[in-house]
Amino acid sequence: MKNKVSSLISILLFVLIFFLFYKGLKNSNIYTPVTKIEKDIPFFETKIFDKNEDISSNEIFIDDNRFYLLNIWASWCVPCVDEHPFLLELTKQQNLNLIGLNYKDNDIKAEKFLNELGNPYSIILLDYDGTLAIEWGAYGVPETFLIKEKKIIKKIIGPINDDYLNEIKELIK
Amino acid sequence: MKLLKYLFLLFLIFNLSSLYAEEKNLKTEITKNLRCLVCQGQSVYDSDSEFADSIKILIDEKIKQGQDKQEIYQYLKDRYGQWILYEPEFSKNTYFLWIFPVFIFLIGGFLIFRLFIIKKN
Repeated sequence: MKNKVSSLISILLFVLIFFLFYKGLKNSNIYTPVTKIEKDIPFFETKIFDKNEDISSNEIFIDDNRFYLLNIWASWCVPCVDEHPFLLELTKQQNLNLIGLNYKDNDIKAEKFLNELGNPYSIILLDYDGTLAIEWGAYGVPETFLIKEKKIIKKIIGPINDDYLNEIKELIK
Repeated sequence: MKLLKYLFLLFLIFNLSSLYAEEKNLKTEITKNLRCLVCQGQSVYDSDSEFADSIKILIDEKIKQGQDKQEIYQYLKDRYGQWILYEPEFSKNTYFLWIFPVFIFLIGGFLIFRLFIIKKN
């Protein structure tokens, strides 16, 4: 009797562990950081692209009635080329300010990129060493943050596509 | 007097180099405990991705500002979550992770004791 119970327990344990591991196999092991909704934007100081002027975040996100879209981009980033038409489309939105964060780029190449594809940004900030992107909790290009009242209300990892474009339009209505 | 000057210079050189070495050790220790979010499976120390390079620059800056290990971990945890650390901290989400192996070890020890030592006697 005792032997029967222990072998039954062993089999049950085996089955349980098997299913746990089998389920684990199907889980994605690529981690994406979770952004807390309504997280405050970080305070930072940096230089403006093409100008030798310093600017702080307090001078950028001034108007609480407007939405701001901070887009991290680089001329060497291929997905940034794909999302560029969507950013140009977003410039038509009256209550949205597009801010570019030029990530680890070469000024001349970045300028060429904008001359060829168009400049959707009202202001472009510089991040030569990538530390400003870390301040925002980003880990690659492109990444986009929708901001209202100095709070991040939406974070997009990867290029903006049709779905994201519609979502942004819906959020800023 | 000249000898004193040389001695002082030597003292300065050795002290500064040990200070630099300490900073470097701390940076290595921190970067080895950080997971690179671009090449997942590699630590920031091992990775050469743009993200890992920027993290290394940032850690250098933070150490120079006088921040300690915990402050730097907290800064990164606030931005990327607990997952960026290889060694999870002891919190309500990780009690099981930390305590379970000890628990299993104790049960194993108890079984060995019961099966072999008590039986022998």
